[in-house]
Amino acid sequence: MKYLCLICAETWMEKMPEDERGRHFDEYREFTDDIRRTGNLVAVNRLQPPDRATTVRVRNGKVSTTDGPYAETKEQFGGYYVIETRDLNEALRIASRIPGARYGSVEVRPIAEDAQTLGSLGLGTATTPR
Amino acid sequence: MTEYVANPAHDIVESVYRADSRRVLATLIRLLRDFDLAEEAMHEAFAAAVEQWPREGVPNNPRAWLVSTGRFKAIDRIRRRARFDVSFEEIAEQIEDLPADEREADHEGVDDDRLRLVFTCCHPVLIPDAQVALTLREVCGLTTEEIARAYLVTPSTIAQRIVRAKSKIREARIPYEVPGRTQLADRLESVLRVIYLVFNEGYLASSGGTLTRHDLSAEAIRLGRLLVELLPEPDVVGLLALMLLHDARRAARTSESGELVLLDQQDRQLWNRDEIADASKLVERALSSHGFGAYTLQAAIAALHAEAPSAEATDWAQIVALYDVMLRSDPSPVVELNRAVALAMRDGPAVGLAVVDQLLDGGGLEDYRLAHAARADLCRRLGLASEAQASYRRALNLTQQAMERRFIERRLAELEK
Repeated sequence: MKYLCLICAETWMEKMPEDERGRHFDEYREFTDDIRRTGNLVAVNRLQPPDRATTVRVRNGKVSTTDGPYAETKEQFGGYYVIETRDLNEALRIASRIPGARYGSVEVRPIAEDAQTLGSLGLGTATTPR
Repeated sequence: MTEYVANPAHDIVESVYRADSRRVLATLIRLLRDFDLAEEAMHEAFAAAVEQWPREGVPNNPRAWLVSTGRFKAIDRIRRRARFDVSFEEIAEQIEDLPADEREADHEGVDDDRLRLVFTCCHPVLIPDAQVALTLREVCGLTTEEIARAYLVTPSTIAQRIVRAKSKIREARIPYEVPGRTQLADRLESVLRVIYLVFNEGYLASSGGTLTRHDLSAEAIRLGRLLVELLPEPDVVGLLALMLLHDARRAARTSESGELVLLDQQDRQLWNRDEIADASKLVERALSSHGFGAYTLQAAIAALHAEAPSAEATDWAQIVALYDVMLRSDPSPVVELNRAVALAMRDGPAVGLAVVDQLLDGGGLEDYRLAHAARADLCRRLGLASEAQASYRRALNLTQQAMERRFIERRLAELEK
């Protein structure tokens, strides 16, 4: 089962002092290497800060864009992991080791992989009759 | 309804249902990997038993028969669905392919299943309200209506909590398992908290319908006994003892007119001596094992109260010492307050008052009604009437529960004389 781990942290790595930032990157590298070795890693990325975000909407066929994130909140997504684990317990054990969990929080969301979702996204063959 | 004559096979189905339906359900959830499917399967299995047992005789192992019948009924049901949605075919195959030893419903396996059910219902990723509702529904077998009545909410509120919890278990894939040694302490804490929440809801009877609320305490004690039987960890034993000790004093806690009676005023003749004796043995057992925690310490304190012939003749020194142990492992202002009250009994109200005032100055307890009530009581015993009144008023402002309010109002009236 796949889970998306969204890292929400108040402090941005950009604002960290140089040496602290280096240590933070080291921790992430170590953790990422580790879950790659155990085969749990599916994808990972860091996100640029929300002030570089643009929100797109289409209403009545008209595209509108606004500067900034969709929701203005104190905690912002700073990055994500997609992991594959046996169940939620294992996913939570891994998520609790994400370095950002010690500064901010990590939201663990199960990824929908039911036949209908996979079929409509053109992924998997679950809807093809056997 | 034509054959409503005394029918021994019917009676047996009924008694098997009462004794074993939760065990059958717990095993079916493991085999079918789905709460709703397992519940339907269990009901179909019992329906089949009502039909077949009178005709064909009661099977040698009724529980195993019910599990296997339920499983086949569920596979049938999934196969029927698979005609419209092939994804069910895979599920049916998975269930059918389970190795025979995993399907067995021997005694030990069944006990594991019941523990799996308890730990899953009390999984910390579910909100506490949902843990409680799910545990009462699945482990205790209460109906949604019964739970709603006990918690004074609508059945649809309870139903919603249960549906949400079940769907999280299914969709987020919360595993149906007993946690391993490294996780056990943490996960057990959440199970014990759920049981104690259910007990207190019944015991503290925040309002109305006291009869159904008593049932909640009884249900919690039953859960406690089940857990002691399945997983006799020290604090599991300690919690059962603690609940029994509170329960033993139930009859003395309120007067005939329904007024609150404090511990030192209670008629100790009304205490349930058998329950106290049972609980005291459990306390000793928990205290002599390695790794007991807060529930055992609370039970040990409650046992000292329960065994004392009067408030004055209570072993207050020992109680203060037990609070000291509690504070070392888990410091909290509420425990400090309880210790101060015991200290006042050991060394006199003036000593207690000094500590309580220090605690109130230290912050963290200003909005805690029992801190002000304790201060008021100590002032009253010292003859400081106006200080006592001020503290009782403070406590009254913070108290919602009707019985407690009336108690404080009585005390205030006495002080005005």
